[in-house]
Amino acid sequence: MTAGYSTMLDTLTRLRGIRGAMVVSIEDGLVVAESLMAGLKGSALAALSATLASRVSEMAGAAGFGVPRFLHLQSSEGALLVASANSELLLVAVAGRDVPLGLLRLEMLRMSERLT
Amino acid sequence: MKAIEPWVLGPLGTFVSESQARLALLMTTSGQVVAQHGFAGSLDLMASAALGSGIIASSSELAVQMGWDPFRVVMHHGSRRAHFLSWFDTPRGRWIALVVFSADTKLGLVQVFFDRMVEELVAAAPAVAVQKKEVLAADFERELNASLRSLFGR
Repeated sequence: MTAGYSTMLDTLTRLRGIRGAMVVSIEDGLVVAESLMAGLKGSALAALSATLASRVSEMAGAAGFGVPRFLHLQSSEGALLVASANSELLLVAVAGRDVPLGLLRLEMLRMSERLT
Repeated sequence: MKAIEPWVLGPLGTFVSESQARLALLMTTSGQVVAQHGFAGSLDLMASAALGSGIIASSSELAVQMGWDPFRVVMHHGSRRAHFLSWFDTPRGRWIALVVFSADTKLGLVQVFFDRMVEELVAAAPAVAVQKKEVLAADFERELNASLRSLFGR
């Protein structure tokens, strides 16, 4: 199972400018599988991504929007992308600055469907 | 928040605030309380410290029996509350942390902030003043009462 996740993550991290990708457990915010460049703190990123996804999900629920499928946080130095795979797992990717995010987003949505 | 040793307050305060822990307790492996946050009564505090150190001791022994390294973290996730129990090494010896947090809070987040607190405690710990002496019953009671006064201001 984890080997399957690793192959999936390697596919993402081969895209230009992608600094890392992870499969994260929503329930506890722990890393299930990761492929990260040196310097990225996987455990912190996983915990914060899961917390963020939970809060956004609560907010979207309260607003009557349903379950969010994709989160995109853009900062001056890069972007954090989170795709909700199912009720248990998140697919998280970290992209550097000036990276075309369309392909990454498409791949993440495709992969999150495979995780379902 | 109260502590036997004041230098613990900074790192513990940051941890409690960042992790939104309801209760936090730092103790030695023998169950002596070093610092606490959120406990109202001394009885609850002392019982929790004794139970926490007992759980770490028994789970560590269980790991040894299996030929493993001692379990670093013991976690219980309830429907409303979760308990996080972990040991860590400081210049003052091995300590144990017991943290109670809401079930909404992610374990990963608590772990991240906990690791940071341990780093800060290790950095903040003053040089050890070694005082090896025989432990007498009278000293034990006096030290226990002094600890309770520090932790509850009584």
